[in-house]
Amino acid sequence: MSGVRTVSTAEALGLAADGYRLIDVRERSEWDEGHIAGATLVPLATVPERLPELVPDPATPLLLYCHSGARSARASAYLAQVGYTNVANLAARVAEWKPAGGAWEEPQQLLTDAQRRRYSRQMLIPEIGQEGQRKLLDAKVLLIGAGALGSGAAFYLASSGVGTIGLVDDDVVEESNLQRQILHTTDRLGMPKVTSGRLSINALNPETRVVEHRERMTADSVERLIGAYDVVLDGTDNFDTRYVLNDAAVKLRIPVVHGSIYRWDGQVTTFVPFGGPCYRCMYPTQPPPELAPACSVAGVLGVLPGVIGLLEANEVFKLLLGVGETLAGRLLMFDAMGTTFDEVRVWRDPACPACGEASPWRDATVPVAAEVAAG
Amino acid sequence: MSSVRIPPVLRDAVDGSRDLPASGATVGEALEDLFARHPALRARVTEDGSLSPFINVYVNDRDVRFRDGLDTPVGDTDTIIILPAMAGGSR
Repeated sequence: MSGVRTVSTAEALGLAADGYRLIDVRERSEWDEGHIAGATLVPLATVPERLPELVPDPATPLLLYCHSGARSARASAYLAQVGYTNVANLAARVAEWKPAGGAWEEPQQLLTDAQRRRYSRQMLIPEIGQEGQRKLLDAKVLLIGAGALGSGAAFYLASSGVGTIGLVDDDVVEESNLQRQILHTTDRLGMPKVTSGRLSINALNPETRVVEHRERMTADSVERLIGAYDVVLDGTDNFDTRYVLNDAAVKLRIPVVHGSIYRWDGQVTTFVPFGGPCYRCMYPTQPPPELAPACSVAGVLGVLPGVIGLLEANEVFKLLLGVGETLAGRLLMFDAMGTTFDEVRVWRDPACPACGEASPWRDATVPVAAEVAAG
Repeated sequence: MSSVRIPPVLRDAVDGSRDLPASGATVGEALEDLFARHPALRARVTEDGSLSPFINVYVNDRDVRFRDGLDTPVGDTDTIIILPAMAGGSR
């Protein structure tokens, strides 16, 4: 193991004071319990890939540590082998660091132990972690319609720890709903859908706060209903509600994830007010009702709203976590019969009465026309 | 010939077809070619000779409203997508 110096806690404290770069090769869960101040987390398995990115200069003085020195010895040996010339390994329990007078950091405990256990698998994803999970737990998502589109979405939002889920629906559970509205069950026929939804959500995750809004969304109620939420998932069944929702969401700057279905076809997109087009940009003129036949008339396969509702939930997660590329500016079309996905661009319309140049709610500094030209 | 994608709500006007070939150098000419074979489609897609205001038409992924409308050129490998709003949802 030429090139690797094995050091004691006392020696390591000296190296740290001399400016050695501290590398913690433990797992994130161990790191979250507390770590040496100023250290960088690079779990052992990721050392070959991550360390050369973080520390491109092989002459950089490095001090590696783990729980008791075994994993960091392996990482140190590897680094020496690939050309790092100044590697020290702390061959002692890192728990001695703080009592010996070393600077120690304990990240603020964002989650309870039960939450860590429950959400551990998704917290392993780098884009989520402890901070992302905290965002989900603090998030409030409103589902317009506790029906087919909302069903699949509600289950995954709840299971992933979204803290508050609001349900807007004035219907009761009917037998013909159960073929696709999996939030509801046979023994709840006649029960308000929002209550049935709460029971299903809390059976999956008792921690989720479910707010029952047993009413229809109207022009009078829309701002009161959506105002307290971070994201709205639109699973409505008529054009009136979609336009009412759009205008209020643009005014209050609340993102709306839009899903619609017809027989074997579904569409999904995301409207981020003033960050992309809105529903009125896409469809400036409200179509006649006969272009919007309800499932009770047109028919619908149960799995289709399942697919579309989950794509909507996927959009919600990205909006809440602030990661990835949403469907803002793109309309995704799913054809279940051919199993194809297509997408078209959706443009922000400078003439849009809701979010265009003449919008009463827009920030005049946002160059709508420039964005449209760039698109 | 370009290919025209017919949305589910309009398929009853074209004997159930999902995709139809159409000839013409512009969106308008291609649609006229379709209307000649499927007359019922005209009233569902146009209004007073213009595109109906609640129907979106795309050439590939681009909305012709933001290009040249019915005069937007189409080539042989292009797909014209007719896309009315869909409202179906929860109930």
